[in-house]
Amino acid sequence: MNIIETKKVCVNYEKKLTIHDLSIQIPKGEITTLIGPNGCGKSTLIRTIARLLKPSNGSVFLDSENIEQKKTSEMAKEMAVLPQSNDVANDMTVQELVTFGRIPYRHRFSSLSKLDHEKIDWAMEKASVQDLAERHLSTLSGGQRQRAWIAMAIAQDTDTIILDEPTTYLDLTHQLDVMLLIKELNEKEHRTIVMALHDLNHAARFSDQLIAIKNGCLQKNGSVEQVITRDNLRNIFNIDANIVEDHGKPMILSYDRWRSGESA
Amino acid sequence: MRSSLKYPLQIIAALIVLGLLLVMSIRYGSNQTPASTVFDAVFNYDQTNIDQRIIVSIRIPRVLGAMLIGSALAVSGALMQSVTKNPMADSGLLGINAGAAFMLTLCFTFFPKMSTLDTTAFSVFGAAISAGLVFMISSLKKSQMSPTILVLAGMAISAFFTAISEGIALVANLKQDLAFWHFGGISAVSWNQLARLGPWIIIALIVVYLMSSNLNLLSLSDDSIKSLGKNIISIRLLALVCVVILSGISVSLVGAVAFVGLIIPHIAKFLVGTNNKKVIPMTILLGADLTVLADLIARTIDPPKETPFGIIISLVGVPFFIYLARRDGNQI
Repeated sequence: MNIIETKKVCVNYEKKLTIHDLSIQIPKGEITTLIGPNGCGKSTLIRTIARLLKPSNGSVFLDSENIEQKKTSEMAKEMAVLPQSNDVANDMTVQELVTFGRIPYRHRFSSLSKLDHEKIDWAMEKASVQDLAERHLSTLSGGQRQRAWIAMAIAQDTDTIILDEPTTYLDLTHQLDVMLLIKELNEKEHRTIVMALHDLNHAARFSDQLIAIKNGCLQKNGSVEQVITRDNLRNIFNIDANIVEDHGKPMILSYDRWRSGESA
Repeated sequence: MRSSLKYPLQIIAALIVLGLLLVMSIRYGSNQTPASTVFDAVFNYDQTNIDQRIIVSIRIPRVLGAMLIGSALAVSGALMQSVTKNPMADSGLLGINAGAAFMLTLCFTFFPKMSTLDTTAFSVFGAAISAGLVFMISSLKKSQMSPTILVLAGMAISAFFTAISEGIALVANLKQDLAFWHFGGISAVSWNQLARLGPWIIIALIVVYLMSSNLNLLSLSDDSIKSLGKNIISIRLLALVCVVILSGISVSLVGAVAFVGLIIPHIAKFLVGTNNKKVIPMTILLGADLTVLADLIARTIDPPKETPFGIIISLVGVPFFIYLARRDGNQI
Protein backbone atom coordinates (compact mmCIF):
# COMPACT_ATOMS: atom_id res chain seq x y z
CA MET A 1 0.00 0.00 0.00
CA ASN A 2 1.24 3.48 -0.83
CA ILE A 3 1.19 6.06 1.91
CA ILE A 4 2.32 8.94 -0.29
CA GLU A 5 1.62 9.39 -3.96
CA THR A 6 2.28 12.27 -6.30
CA LYS A 7 0.32 12.55 -9.54
CA LYS A 8 1.81 14.58 -12.39
CA VAL A 9 3.27 17.12 -10.00
CA CYS A 10 4.92 20.25 -11.40
CA VAL A 11 6.55 22.77 -9.07
CA ASN A 12 7.68 26.26 -9.92
CA TYR A 13 10.21 27.44 -7.44
CA GLU A 14 11.58 30.92 -7.79
CA LYS A 15 10.10 31.15 -11.27
CA LYS A 16 11.97 28.13 -12.59
CA LEU A 17 10.19 24.90 -13.30
CA THR A 18 12.11 22.67 -10.93
CA ILE A 19 9.88 19.61 -11.00
CA HIS A 20 8.20 18.40 -14.10
CA ASP A 21 5.28 15.96 -14.33
CA LEU A 22 6.52 13.81 -11.51
CA SER A 23 4.45 10.80 -10.46
CA ILE A 24 5.88 8.64 -7.72
CA GLN A 25 4.58 6.20 -5.15
CA ILE A 26 6.00 5.74 -1.68
CA PRO A 27 5.06 2.44 -0.03
CA LYS A 28 3.97 2.38 3.60
CA GLY A 29 6.42 1.03 6.14
CA GLU A 30 9.46 1.15 3.86
CA ILE A 31 12.49 3.36 3.43
CA THR A 32 12.37 5.32 0.20
CA THR A 33 15.38 7.40 -0.77
CA LEU A 34 15.57 10.13 -3.38
CA ILE A 35 18.88 10.35 -5.20
CA GLY A 36 20.15 12.63 -7.93
CA PRO A 37 22.71 15.33 -8.63
CA ASN A 38 22.75 18.71 -6.86
CA GLY A 39 19.89 20.90 -7.99
CA CYS A 40 17.93 18.02 -9.54
CA GLY A 41 14.85 18.78 -7.44
CA LYS A 42 15.20 16.33 -4.54
CA SER A 43 14.70 18.98 -1.87
CA THR A 44 11.93 20.61 -3.88
CA LEU A 45 10.13 17.27 -4.11
CA ILE A 46 10.58 16.66 -0.39
CA ARG A 47 9.23 20.08 0.46
CA THR A 48 6.30 19.56 -1.90
CA ILE A 49 5.40 16.24 -0.29
CA ALA A 50 5.62 17.92 3.11
CA ARG A 51 3.31 20.68 1.83
CA LEU A 52 5.94 23.34 2.36
CA LEU A 53 5.72 24.16 -1.35
CA LYS A 54 2.55 24.20 -3.40
CA PRO A 55 2.62 22.37 -6.73
CA SER A 56 1.65 24.51 -9.72
CA ASN A 57 0.08 21.46 -11.27
CA GLY A 58 -0.87 17.97 -10.13
CA SER A 59 -1.50 16.78 -6.60
CA VAL A 60 0.12 15.02 -3.67
CA PHE A 61 -1.83 12.37 -1.77
CA LEU A 62 -1.21 11.26 1.78
CA ASP A 63 -3.16 8.11 2.67
CA SER A 64 -5.19 8.63 -0.55
CA GLU A 65 -6.24 12.09 0.58
CA ASN A 66 -5.17 15.22 -1.27
CA ILE A 67 -2.86 17.10 1.10
CA GLU A 68 -4.26 20.43 0.00
CA GLN A 69 -7.51 19.47 1.67
CA LYS A 70 -5.79 18.60 4.91
CA LYS A 71 -5.43 20.98 7.81
CA THR A 72 -1.88 21.95 8.73
CA SER A 73 -2.48 20.70 12.25
CA GLU A 74 -3.66 17.31 10.94
CA MET A 75 -0.67 16.98 8.64
CA ALA A 76 1.62 17.54 11.60
CA LYS A 77 0.22 14.45 13.32
CA GLU A 78 0.83 12.27 10.28
CA MET A 79 4.13 13.51 8.96
CA ALA A 80 7.27 14.80 10.67
CA VAL A 81 9.73 16.78 8.58
CA LEU A 82 13.40 17.38 9.23
CA PRO A 83 14.56 20.16 6.92
CA GLN A 84 18.02 20.28 5.43
CA SER A 85 19.68 23.04 7.38
CA ASN A 86 19.11 23.01 11.11
CA ASP A 87 21.63 25.56 12.20
CA VAL A 88 19.07 27.45 14.26
CA ALA A 89 17.81 27.46 17.84
CA ASN A 90 21.31 26.86 19.13
CA ASP A 91 20.78 28.40 22.54
CA MET A 92 18.02 25.94 23.30
CA THR A 93 18.50 22.74 25.29
CA VAL A 94 17.98 19.31 23.74
CA GLN A 95 14.95 18.73 25.94
CA GLU A 96 13.38 22.04 24.89
CA LEU A 97 13.91 21.14 21.24
CA VAL A 98 12.43 17.66 21.59
CA THR A 99 9.44 19.16 23.43
CA PHE A 100 8.57 21.06 20.24
CA GLY A 101 7.74 17.70 18.70
CA ARG A 102 4.62 17.57 20.90
CA ILE A 103 3.18 20.84 19.60
CA PRO A 104 0.73 19.20 17.18
CA TYR A 105 -0.93 17.46 20.15
CA ARG A 106 -1.14 20.40 22.50
CA HIS A 107 -4.15 22.58 23.03
CA ARG A 108 -3.91 26.29 23.33
CA PHE A 109 -2.44 27.44 26.67
CA SER A 110 -2.39 23.93 28.14
CA SER A 111 0.80 22.54 29.60
CA LEU A 112 2.44 19.21 28.82
CA SER A 113 0.37 16.11 29.54
CA LYS A 114 1.70 12.90 31.04
CA LEU A 115 1.62 11.34 27.58
CA ASP A 116 3.67 14.25 26.22
CA HIS A 117 6.34 13.69 28.88
CA GLU A 118 6.42 9.96 28.14
CA LYS A 119 6.78 10.54 24.41
CA ILE A 120 9.55 13.10 24.93
CA ASP A 121 11.52 10.73 27.16
CA TRP A 122 10.93 7.87 24.76
CA ALA A 123 12.07 9.95 21.77
CA MET A 124 15.24 11.06 23.53
CA GLU A 125 16.01 7.49 24.52
CA LYS A 126 15.44 6.23 20.95
CA ALA A 127 17.81 8.82 19.55
CA SER A 128 20.29 8.25 22.44
CA VAL A 129 20.24 11.88 23.53
CA GLN A 130 18.75 11.37 27.01
CA ASP A 131 22.14 12.07 28.61
CA LEU A 132 22.35 15.34 26.68
CA ALA A 133 18.86 16.54 27.69
CA GLU A 134 20.02 19.61 29.60
CA ARG A 135 22.82 20.52 27.18
CA HIS A 136 22.51 23.47 24.84
CA LEU A 137 22.50 22.62 21.14
CA SER A 138 25.46 24.93 20.53
CA THR A 139 27.64 22.76 22.79
CA LEU A 140 26.94 19.52 20.89
CA SER A 141 28.87 17.91 18.07
CA GLY A 142 27.25 17.86 14.63
CA GLY A 143 26.21 14.24 15.05
CA GLN A 144 24.71 14.75 18.49
CA ARG A 145 22.84 17.79 17.26
CA GLN A 146 21.39 15.88 14.32
CA ARG A 147 20.28 13.10 16.68
CA ALA A 148 18.56 15.74 18.84
CA TRP A 149 16.66 17.00 15.79
CA ILE A 150 15.70 13.45 14.88
CA ALA A 151 14.49 12.99 18.47
CA MET A 152 12.18 15.96 17.93
CA ALA A 153 10.78 14.29 14.81
CA ILE A 154 10.33 11.03 16.75
CA ALA A 155 8.49 12.86 19.55
CA GLN A 156 6.03 14.07 16.93
CA ASP A 157 4.97 10.42 16.80
CA THR A 158 3.95 10.31 13.15
CA ASP A 159 3.67 7.34 10.79
CA THR A 160 5.86 9.06 8.25
CA ILE A 161 9.18 10.82 8.79
CA ILE A 162 10.72 12.91 6.04
CA LEU A 163 14.40 13.83 6.15
CA ASP A 164 16.26 16.08 3.76
CA GLU A 165 19.91 15.03 3.60
CA PRO A 166 20.15 14.02 7.27
CA THR A 167 23.87 13.15 7.09
CA THR A 168 25.22 16.31 5.44
CA TYR A 169 28.23 17.82 7.25
CA LEU A 170 28.68 14.76 9.48
CA ASP A 171 31.81 12.65 9.68
CA LEU A 172 31.85 8.96 8.81
CA THR A 173 30.92 7.61 12.23
CA HIS A 174 28.15 10.10 12.84
CA GLN A 175 26.73 9.49 9.37
CA LEU A 176 26.54 5.80 10.18
CA ASP A 177 24.94 6.49 13.59
CA VAL A 178 22.23 8.56 11.96
CA MET A 179 21.58 5.98 9.22
CA LEU A 180 21.37 3.15 11.77
CA LEU A 181 18.95 5.19 13.85
CA ILE A 182 16.75 5.78 10.81
CA LYS A 183 16.84 2.08 9.94
CA GLU A 184 15.88 1.18 13.48
CA LEU A 185 12.92 3.56 13.42
CA ASN A 186 11.77 1.85 10.27
CA GLU A 187 12.25 -1.72 11.46
CA LYS A 188 11.26 -1.50 15.12
CA GLU A 189 8.74 1.35 15.08
CA HIS A 190 7.43 0.65 11.56
CA ARG A 191 7.81 4.25 10.45
CA THR A 192 7.71 5.06 6.77
CA ILE A 193 10.89 6.93 5.92
CA VAL A 194 11.33 9.27 2.97
CA MET A 195 14.70 10.94 2.62
CA ALA A 196 17.09 12.56 0.23
CA LEU A 197 20.68 11.33 0.34
CA HIS A 198 23.88 12.14 -1.49
CA ASP A 199 25.84 9.09 -0.43
CA LEU A 200 24.79 6.39 -2.91
CA ASN A 201 26.31 3.58 -0.85
CA HIS A 202 24.25 4.61 2.17
CA ALA A 203 21.20 4.89 -0.08
CA ALA A 204 21.85 1.38 -1.42
CA ARG A 205 22.53 -0.17 1.97
CA PHE A 206 19.64 1.29 3.96
CA SER A 207 16.78 1.77 1.46
CA ASP A 208 14.01 -0.49 0.24
CA GLN A 209 13.20 1.70 -2.73
CA LEU A 210 15.17 4.31 -4.65
CA ILE A 211 13.84 7.15 -6.74
CA ALA A 212 16.37 8.76 -9.06
CA ILE A 213 15.66 12.29 -10.24
CA LYS A 214 17.47 14.35 -12.82
CA ASN A 215 16.54 17.86 -13.98
CA GLY A 216 13.25 17.64 -12.12
CA CYS A 217 12.12 14.51 -13.96
CA LEU A 218 11.83 10.96 -12.76
CA GLN A 219 14.81 9.10 -14.18
CA LYS A 220 14.40 5.68 -12.63
CA ASN A 221 12.66 4.14 -9.66
CA GLY A 222 12.47 0.69 -8.13
CA SER A 223 14.43 -1.60 -5.86
CA VAL A 224 18.04 -0.83 -5.04
CA GLU A 225 19.23 -3.50 -7.48
CA GLN A 226 17.08 -2.04 -10.26
CA VAL A 227 18.33 1.50 -9.79
CA ILE A 228 22.01 1.15 -8.88
CA THR A 229 23.33 -0.14 -12.21
CA ARG A 230 26.18 1.07 -14.33
CA ASP A 231 23.88 2.33 -17.07
CA ASN A 232 21.58 4.17 -14.71
CA LEU A 233 24.43 5.86 -12.87
CA ARG A 234 25.82 7.01 -16.18
CA ASN A 235 22.46 8.52 -17.10
CA ILE A 236 21.80 10.12 -13.75
CA PHE A 237 25.22 11.31 -12.59
CA ASN A 238 27.30 11.07 -15.73
CA ILE A 239 29.77 8.75 -13.97
CA ASP A 240 31.42 5.50 -14.86
CA ALA A 241 30.90 3.41 -11.73
CA ASN A 242 32.56 0.21 -10.72
CA ILE A 243 29.79 -1.63 -8.89
CA VAL A 244 30.42 -4.65 -6.67
CA GLU A 245 28.20 -6.58 -4.30
CA ASP A 246 28.45 -6.20 -0.55
CA HIS A 247 26.10 -7.91 1.95
CA GLY A 248 23.81 -8.67 -0.97
CA LYS A 249 23.47 -5.01 -1.93
CA PRO A 250 25.17 -3.22 -4.80
CA MET A 251 28.04 -0.99 -3.72
CA ILE A 252 30.02 1.55 -5.71
CA LEU A 253 33.68 0.67 -5.26
CA SER A 254 35.07 3.48 -7.37
CA TYR A 255 33.91 5.80 -10.10
CA ASP A 256 35.27 8.11 -12.69
CA ARG A 257 33.97 10.76 -15.01
CA TRP A 258 32.15 9.28 -17.97
CA ARG A 259 34.02 9.93 -21.22
CA SER A 260 31.76 9.83 -24.20
CA GLY A 261 33.21 8.02 -27.18
CA GLU A 262 35.32 5.69 -25.10
CA SER A 263 33.96 2.29 -24.34
CA ALA A 264 35.09 0.73 -21.13
CA MET B 1 14.69 20.30 41.28
CA ARG B 2 17.18 23.05 42.03
CA SER B 3 16.19 25.01 38.95
CA SER B 4 12.45 24.69 39.70
CA LEU B 5 12.96 26.85 42.78
CA LYS B 6 15.38 29.30 41.19
CA TYR B 7 12.89 30.96 38.85
CA PRO B 8 10.22 31.88 41.45
CA LEU B 9 12.95 33.29 43.69
CA GLN B 10 14.31 35.42 40.87
CA ILE B 11 10.84 36.76 40.12
CA ILE B 12 10.28 37.58 43.79
CA ALA B 13 13.65 39.33 43.95
CA ALA B 14 12.84 41.43 40.87
CA LEU B 15 9.45 42.32 42.42
CA ILE B 16 11.05 43.39 45.70
CA VAL B 17 13.55 45.57 43.83
CA LEU B 18 10.68 47.10 41.87
CA GLY B 19 8.74 47.79 45.07
CA LEU B 20 11.72 49.49 46.70
CA LEU B 21 12.44 51.55 43.60
CA LEU B 22 8.81 52.65 43.36
CA VAL B 23 8.77 53.83 46.97
CA MET B 24 12.10 55.60 46.59
CA SER B 25 11.01 57.22 43.34
CA ILE B 26 7.89 58.57 44.93
CA ARG B 27 9.80 59.86 47.97
CA TYR B 28 12.77 61.44 46.25
CA GLY B 29 12.65 64.11 43.61
CA SER B 30 13.97 67.60 43.36
CA ASN B 31 12.84 67.79 46.99
CA GLN B 32 12.60 64.91 49.41
CA THR B 33 9.37 63.99 51.17
CA PRO B 34 9.21 62.00 54.38
CA ALA B 35 7.83 58.48 54.14
CA SER B 36 4.84 59.44 56.27
CA THR B 37 3.74 62.03 53.69
CA VAL B 38 3.94 59.40 50.95
CA PHE B 39 1.90 57.04 53.12
CA ASP B 40 -0.69 59.72 53.78
CA ALA B 41 -0.83 60.69 50.12
CA VAL B 42 -1.73 57.15 49.15
CA PHE B 43 -3.97 56.10 52.01
CA ASN B 44 -5.14 59.32 53.58
CA TYR B 45 -5.07 61.96 50.88
CA ASP B 46 -5.35 65.57 51.97
CA GLN B 47 -5.88 67.92 49.02
CA THR B 48 -4.74 71.01 50.87
CA ASN B 49 -1.29 69.60 51.63
CA ILE B 50 1.03 70.76 48.84
CA ASP B 51 3.55 67.93 49.30
CA GLN B 52 0.83 65.33 49.08
CA ARG B 53 -0.54 67.02 45.97
CA ILE B 54 2.82 66.89 44.27
CA ILE B 55 3.08 63.21 45.06
CA VAL B 56 -0.39 62.27 43.88
CA SER B 57 -0.71 64.44 40.80
CA ILE B 58 2.89 64.44 39.53
CA ARG B 59 5.15 61.81 41.02
CA ILE B 60 2.87 58.77 41.17
CA PRO B 61 1.67 58.95 37.55
CA ARG B 62 5.22 59.65 36.43
CA VAL B 63 6.64 56.66 38.28
CA LEU B 64 3.85 54.35 37.15
CA GLY B 65 4.36 55.62 33.62
CA ALA B 66 8.09 54.90 33.82
CA MET B 67 7.31 51.40 35.05
CA LEU B 68 4.85 50.58 32.27
CA ILE B 69 7.02 52.12 29.58
CA GLY B 70 10.08 50.23 30.77
CA SER B 71 8.19 46.94 30.62
CA ALA B 72 6.70 47.79 27.24
CA LEU B 73 10.02 48.74 25.64
CA ALA B 74 11.82 45.74 27.10
CA VAL B 75 9.15 43.28 25.95
CA SER B 76 8.98 44.76 22.48
CA GLY B 77 12.75 44.30 22.25
CA ALA B 78 12.35 40.65 23.24
CA LEU B 79 9.64 40.23 20.60
CA MET B 80 11.75 41.83 17.88
CA GLN B 81 14.70 39.61 18.75
CA SER B 82 12.51 36.52 18.47
CA VAL B 83 10.83 37.56 15.25
CA THR B 84 14.00 38.61 13.44
CA LYS B 85 16.19 35.90 15.04
CA ASN B 86 18.66 38.71 15.63
CA PRO B 87 19.96 39.32 19.17
CA MET B 88 20.71 42.96 18.33
CA ALA B 89 17.18 43.82 17.15
CA ASP B 90 14.87 46.25 18.86
CA SER B 91 11.63 47.99 18.02
CA GLY B 92 13.39 50.85 16.21
CA LEU B 93 13.96 48.36 13.41
CA LEU B 94 10.26 48.43 12.53
CA GLY B 95 10.45 52.13 11.75
CA ILE B 96 8.46 52.90 14.90
CA ASN B 97 10.78 55.58 16.28
CA ALA B 98 11.08 57.31 12.94
CA GLY B 99 7.32 57.23 12.31
CA ALA B 100 6.55 58.64 15.75
CA ALA B 101 9.18 61.36 15.36
CA PHE B 102 7.75 62.25 11.96
CA MET B 103 4.23 62.80 13.31
CA LEU B 104 5.61 64.70 16.29
CA THR B 105 7.49 67.01 13.92
CA LEU B 106 4.33 67.61 11.91
CA CYS B 107 2.39 68.42 15.07
CA PHE B 108 5.06 70.79 16.38
CA THR B 109 5.27 72.56 13.03
CA PHE B 110 1.66 72.93 12.02
CA PHE B 111 -0.24 72.73 15.33
CA PRO B 112 2.14 74.17 17.92
CA LYS B 113 -0.70 74.66 20.40
CA MET B 114 -1.88 71.08 20.34
CA SER B 115 -2.18 69.41 23.77
CA THR B 116 0.34 66.80 24.88
CA LEU B 117 -2.33 64.13 24.88
CA ASP B 118 -3.20 64.83 21.25
CA THR B 119 0.40 64.95 20.06
CA THR B 120 0.95 61.62 21.79
CA ALA B 121 -2.06 60.15 19.99
CA PHE B 122 -0.75 61.43 16.68
CA SER B 123 2.70 60.02 17.19
CA VAL B 124 1.25 56.60 18.12
CA PHE B 125 -0.56 56.87 14.81
CA GLY B 126 2.73 57.75 13.07
CA ALA B 127 4.42 54.73 14.61
CA ALA B 128 1.58 52.53 13.41
CA ILE B 129 1.74 53.93 9.88
CA SER B 130 5.44 53.36 9.46
CA ALA B 131 5.26 49.88 11.00
CA GLY B 132 2.31 49.16 8.68
CA LEU B 133 4.37 50.20 5.68
CA VAL B 134 7.19 47.92 6.83
CA PHE B 135 4.73 45.01 7.18
CA MET B 136 3.31 45.67 3.72
CA ILE B 137 6.69 45.77 2.04
CA SER B 138 7.89 42.65 3.80
CA SER B 139 4.79 40.62 3.03
CA LEU B 140 4.89 41.47 -0.67
CA LYS B 141 5.54 38.53 -2.97
CA LYS B 142 6.19 35.23 -1.27
CA SER B 143 8.70 36.39 1.28
CA GLN B 144 6.15 35.68 4.07
CA MET B 145 7.59 38.37 6.30
CA SER B 146 11.05 36.92 6.21
CA PRO B 147 13.26 38.45 8.92
CA THR B 148 15.84 39.78 6.45
CA ILE B 149 13.26 41.60 4.33
CA LEU B 150 11.61 42.91 7.48
CA VAL B 151 14.86 44.44 8.74
CA LEU B 152 15.71 45.91 5.34
CA ALA B 153 12.23 47.38 4.90
CA GLY B 154 12.41 48.80 8.43
CA MET B 155 15.71 50.50 7.72
CA ALA B 156 14.44 51.96 4.45
CA ILE B 157 11.22 53.30 5.97
CA SER B 158 13.10 54.69 8.99
CA ALA B 159 15.55 56.50 6.76
CA PHE B 160 12.66 57.90 4.71
CA PHE B 161 10.70 59.28 7.67
CA THR B 162 13.81 60.52 9.43
CA ALA B 163 14.86 62.42 6.32
CA ILE B 164 11.49 64.12 5.99
CA SER B 165 11.21 65.03 9.66
CA GLU B 166 14.77 66.34 9.83
CA GLY B 167 14.07 68.42 6.73
CA ILE B 168 10.91 69.89 8.23
CA ALA B 169 12.60 70.46 11.59
CA LEU B 170 15.43 72.30 9.89
CA VAL B 171 13.11 74.58 7.94
CA ALA B 172 10.76 75.21 10.87
CA ASN B 173 13.61 75.60 13.36
CA LEU B 174 12.38 72.85 15.65
CA LYS B 175 15.65 71.26 16.66
CA GLN B 176 15.33 72.54 20.23
CA ASP B 177 11.81 71.22 20.76
CA LEU B 178 12.63 67.79 19.40
CA ALA B 179 15.96 67.37 21.17
CA PHE B 180 14.38 66.33 24.44
CA TRP B 181 12.28 63.74 22.65
CA HIS B 182 15.29 62.30 20.86
CA PHE B 183 17.20 61.84 24.09
CA GLY B 184 14.20 60.35 25.82
CA GLY B 185 13.01 61.90 29.02
CA ILE B 186 9.93 60.91 30.92
CA SER B 187 9.09 64.27 32.55
CA ALA B 188 5.37 64.58 32.24
CA VAL B 189 3.33 61.43 32.12
CA SER B 190 0.01 62.59 33.47
CA TRP B 191 -2.89 60.64 34.94
CA ASN B 192 -4.75 61.53 31.79
CA GLN B 193 -2.17 59.92 29.51
CA LEU B 194 -1.80 56.97 31.83
CA ALA B 195 -5.54 56.30 31.89
CA ARG B 196 -5.81 56.49 28.14
CA LEU B 197 -2.68 54.60 27.07
CA GLY B 198 -1.84 52.41 30.07
CA PRO B 199 -4.58 49.83 29.49
CA TRP B 200 -3.30 49.20 25.96
CA ILE B 201 0.16 48.46 27.28
CA ILE B 202 -1.20 46.16 29.97
CA ILE B 203 -3.40 44.25 27.50
CA ALA B 204 -0.53 43.87 25.04
CA LEU B 205 1.77 42.60 27.80
CA ILE B 206 -0.82 39.96 28.74
CA VAL B 207 -1.21 38.89 25.10
CA VAL B 208 2.56 38.54 24.77
CA TYR B 209 2.71 36.38 27.89
CA LEU B 210 -0.07 34.15 26.57
CA MET B 211 1.74 33.67 23.25
CA SER B 212 5.11 32.99 24.85
CA SER B 213 5.24 29.31 23.88
CA ASN B 214 4.67 30.33 20.27
CA LEU B 215 7.53 32.79 20.60
CA ASN B 216 9.82 29.90 21.52
CA LEU B 217 8.90 28.31 18.22
CA LEU B 218 10.13 31.30 16.26
CA SER B 219 13.72 30.20 16.84
CA LEU B 220 13.10 27.26 14.48
CA SER B 221 13.23 27.55 10.70
CA ASP B 222 10.05 28.43 8.82
CA ASP B 223 9.86 24.92 7.37
CA SER B 224 10.08 23.34 10.82
CA ILE B 225 7.39 25.59 12.25
CA LYS B 226 5.03 24.79 9.39
CA SER B 227 5.63 21.08 9.63
CA LEU B 228 4.77 21.23 13.33
CA GLY B 229 1.37 22.45 12.19
CA LYS B 230 1.68 26.10 13.18
CA ASN B 231 0.89 29.14 11.09
CA ILE B 232 4.08 31.14 11.10
CA ILE B 233 2.65 34.26 9.49
CA SER B 234 -0.03 34.68 12.12
CA ILE B 235 2.50 34.19 14.94
CA ARG B 236 4.82 36.81 13.44
CA LEU B 237 1.99 39.22 12.72
CA LEU B 238 0.54 39.01 16.24
CA ALA B 239 4.01 39.52 17.73
CA LEU B 240 4.65 42.56 15.54
CA VAL B 241 1.26 44.10 16.28
CA CYS B 242 2.12 43.85 19.98
CA VAL B 243 5.46 45.51 19.25
CA VAL B 244 3.69 48.40 17.54
CA ILE B 245 1.27 48.89 20.43
CA LEU B 246 3.91 48.57 23.15
CA SER B 247 6.73 50.57 21.70
CA GLY B 248 4.58 52.93 19.63
CA ILE B 249 2.89 54.16 22.81
CA SER B 250 6.12 54.24 24.82
CA VAL B 251 8.11 56.09 22.22
CA SER B 252 5.31 58.60 21.76
CA LEU B 253 5.18 59.28 25.48
CA VAL B 254 8.85 59.52 26.34
CA GLY B 255 10.84 59.63 23.14
CA ALA B 256 13.29 57.34 21.44
CA VAL B 257 14.74 55.58 24.46
CA ALA B 258 17.36 53.27 23.13
CA PHE B 259 18.80 50.16 24.75
CA VAL B 260 16.00 49.15 27.14
CA GLY B 261 14.66 46.78 24.50
CA LEU B 262 18.14 45.62 23.71
CA ILE B 263 19.66 45.03 27.13
CA ILE B 264 16.80 43.81 29.28
CA PRO B 265 15.81 40.68 27.29
CA HIS B 266 19.45 39.59 27.31
CA ILE B 267 19.79 40.04 31.06
CA ALA B 268 16.51 38.15 31.50
CA LYS B 269 17.77 35.30 29.32
CA PHE B 270 21.03 35.24 31.20
CA LEU B 271 19.07 34.76 34.43
CA VAL B 272 16.26 32.40 33.45
CA GLY B 273 17.35 30.63 30.25
CA THR B 274 15.77 30.86 26.81
CA ASN B 275 12.22 29.66 27.50
CA ASN B 276 9.98 32.65 26.79
CA LYS B 277 7.44 31.49 29.40
CA LYS B 278 10.08 32.63 31.91
CA VAL B 279 11.86 35.24 29.80
CA ILE B 280 8.78 37.41 29.20
CA PRO B 281 7.74 37.88 32.87
CA MET B 282 11.36 38.50 33.83
CA THR B 283 11.73 41.01 30.98
CA ILE B 284 8.59 42.83 32.13
CA LEU B 285 9.94 43.18 35.68
CA LEU B 286 13.54 44.04 34.79
CA GLY B 287 12.38 46.58 32.18
CA ALA B 288 10.32 48.29 34.86
CA ASP B 289 13.23 48.12 37.33
CA LEU B 290 15.74 49.71 34.97
CA THR B 291 13.48 52.50 33.75
CA VAL B 292 12.22 53.47 37.19
CA LEU B 293 15.81 53.51 38.43
CA ALA B 294 17.02 55.56 35.48
CA ASP B 295 14.18 58.03 35.95
CA LEU B 296 15.01 58.32 39.65
CA ILE B 297 18.66 59.05 38.86
CA ALA B 298 17.66 61.50 36.14
CA ARG B 299 15.62 63.50 38.64
CA THR B 300 18.05 63.45 41.53
CA ILE B 301 21.48 63.67 39.91
CA ASP B 302 21.36 67.41 39.25
CA PRO B 303 18.30 68.94 40.94
CA PRO B 304 16.23 70.87 40.23
CA LYS B 305 17.19 70.28 36.60
CA GLU B 306 16.25 67.04 34.91
CA THR B 307 18.61 64.92 32.86
CA PRO B 308 16.77 63.01 30.10
CA PHE B 309 16.72 59.50 31.50
CA GLY B 310 17.36 58.06 28.03
CA ILE B 311 20.90 59.39 28.41
CA ILE B 312 21.34 57.48 31.67
CA ILE B 313 20.08 54.28 30.10
CA SER B 314 22.42 54.75 27.14
CA LEU B 315 25.36 55.29 29.49
CA VAL B 316 24.66 51.87 30.95
CA GLY B 317 23.58 50.42 27.64
CA VAL B 318 26.57 51.14 25.45
CA PRO B 319 29.19 49.29 27.54
CA PHE B 320 26.77 46.40 27.89
CA PHE B 321 26.13 46.36 24.15
CA ILE B 322 29.85 46.14 23.47
CA TYR B 323 30.23 43.37 26.04
CA LEU B 324 27.39 41.48 24.36
CA ALA B 325 28.82 41.86 20.88
CA ARG B 326 32.18 40.62 22.12
CA ARG B 327 30.67 37.65 23.92
CA ASP B 328 28.69 36.59 20.84
CA GLY B 329 31.80 37.04 18.75
CA ASN B 330 33.75 34.73 21.00
CA GLN B 331 31.24 31.94 20.59
CA ILE B 332 31.97 31.60 16.89
